[in-house]
Amino acid sequence: MLVSNLLFGLVLGGTYALVALGLSMQYGISRIMNLAHGEFMIAAAFCAYILFDYANLSPLVTLFIAPVIGFGVSWLIYTVMMHPLVKRAASRGQLEADSILATFGLLFVLQGVMLVVFGSDFTSYSYLNTPVNIFGVIIAASRVIALVLSLTLGGGLYFLITHTRWGATLRAVAFSPESAPLVGIEVDKVARTAFAIGGALAASGGVLVSMFVTFSAAGGVVFTMKALIIVIMGGVGNLMGALVAGLTLGVIETFVTSYVDPGLSLASTYLLFIIVLLWRPQGLFGSARS
Amino acid sequence: MTHAYLSVAGISAGLAVLIMAPSFLGEYELGFMVSLMSYVTLATAWAMFSGPTRYISLATVAFFGIGAYTVAVLNEALPYPIVLVVAVCLGALLATFVGFATLRLAGIYFVIFSFGLAELVRQLITWFEVNITGTLGRYIFLPFETQHIYWQLLALAVVTIGLGFWIRRTRLGLALKVIGDDEVVAAHSGIALARTKVMLFVLSASLMTLAGAIQSPRWVYIEPTIVFNPTISFLTVIMALLGGATRLWGPTLGVIPLLIIFEWLSASFPDHFSIVLGVLFIVIVFALPKGVLSALEERIAKLRKERVT
Repeated sequence: MLVSNLLFGLVLGGTYALVALGLSMQYGISRIMNLAHGEFMIAAAFCAYILFDYANLSPLVTLFIAPVIGFGVSWLIYTVMMHPLVKRAASRGQLEADSILATFGLLFVLQGVMLVVFGSDFTSYSYLNTPVNIFGVIIAASRVIALVLSLTLGGGLYFLITHTRWGATLRAVAFSPESAPLVGIEVDKVARTAFAIGGALAASGGVLVSMFVTFSAAGGVVFTMKALIIVIMGGVGNLMGALVAGLTLGVIETFVTSYVDPGLSLASTYLLFIIVLLWRPQGLFGSARS
Repeated sequence: MTHAYLSVAGISAGLAVLIMAPSFLGEYELGFMVSLMSYVTLATAWAMFSGPTRYISLATVAFFGIGAYTVAVLNEALPYPIVLVVAVCLGALLATFVGFATLRLAGIYFVIFSFGLAELVRQLITWFEVNITGTLGRYIFLPFETQHIYWQLLALAVVTIGLGFWIRRTRLGLALKVIGDDEVVAAHSGIALARTKVMLFVLSASLMTLAGAIQSPRWVYIEPTIVFNPTISFLTVIMALLGGATRLWGPTLGVIPLLIIFEWLSASFPDHFSIVLGVLFIVIVFALPKGVLSALEERIAKLRKERVT
């Protein structure tokens, strides 16, 4: 029971971490606090469901399609909606406030569209529900695949950002957008790319989560909330922190769901958030930089 | 001086008409006036805190819902005025807690916390009702007709706007203005940052709680999903922004057109309601970042300048 809960928690936490990584890219590098992040995820989940149910396409194939769409749509949203706000903002605080408000509006638009198209019912589909035995725990194959894929994607991104030249430009913009242009970095282009990658990550998280969780058109907000909390817990802009915090949150949530009450999963997330806020506001893995 | 007399006379006349309103309005129009007063209170209370500090609170309905739900739980156990007091105390308590946990940090922590607060409170109440009391969904039996609720909300709206007016003229208002302009300067001039922000947040939240408590008898039957409807938070923000969150009358000015649009939309396009509102919201953030009042003033100032040159 204990090991199976741990495993289930890691599966959930892996997808959380992936979505939170996306948010961390958008907030840490592009400086956009995207409250509609979870909607991208849910949209991808519906995409996987429809392709599976009507076109008989495996979610593993959708995993190659949805992130590309997520990348494109996010790119477009940054260019059309966010870029004017970035240009207009006199300060970081101003941009933060404007982006929060603009994406709050976007949240209602996207959610509204999905409610019209899909209705408000919970949806799920059954893919690779064949049981697999891992360490004596019976677990659905789809969950194992989801965990492996989310860790691969998250870890791969982490490697790219920490070990390549391209990653260095991203980190430079995150660290100091004022000085990055001095060394020939096009901040605007980097910010747009990071925002689009964030959208792609949300989409891949959505496809993965749809393989083993029921979801509904109105469910994006809760995912955004959890992703936000993970980003804060891991330390803003700290990708490894987000990965670890995501996995932790998934495990804690699964334990609360199975040992205490399923209705208190959000409360446990919040409790964790409060503890972090009171104890280490810079995040569990953030350095004490103002 | 004549200007001040004129505005006092104007406000008194307007108030007199509003007090008399139930005698010449039908039931439907009066229902609209109830929503109007409720949203004037919510938007003005929201702007009271978020206007000067620029901390965007997305938690309006958390407090509104607590007010409404407290009345639902206690309406048969305690006399009505005491129920209201209990509701305000609960709202203020939650606001104090949230304020002290988040407002000493950067604004983003507050926004994130407020983003999920209503959902958190809703889940906690649902869990408590299902597991401990075993009664999900409650009835409110209070001998109020629409006009009684309307008068109470009118009084609350007047008090809220009055408080907004008063705060602007006190040291607290000045302190908030400095905090909004530059926190570092504020800290150096001896303003207790966290305490000032928390105080104002608690005041604003208490008013929102009262608005929910007073309006609750309109529902008769209450469930957590009914009173913790996120659309209320959304509408409050968009109304305050449209009029201008830094002006005393800004939120009121934003409430009137949006509530009319809201009524029309929910009657004619119930399914596309949130899409249209979302688009409207984005347009407002882009086109009128400081609200209608500021935009008008800027336009007038520009015209005057052109005339002079």
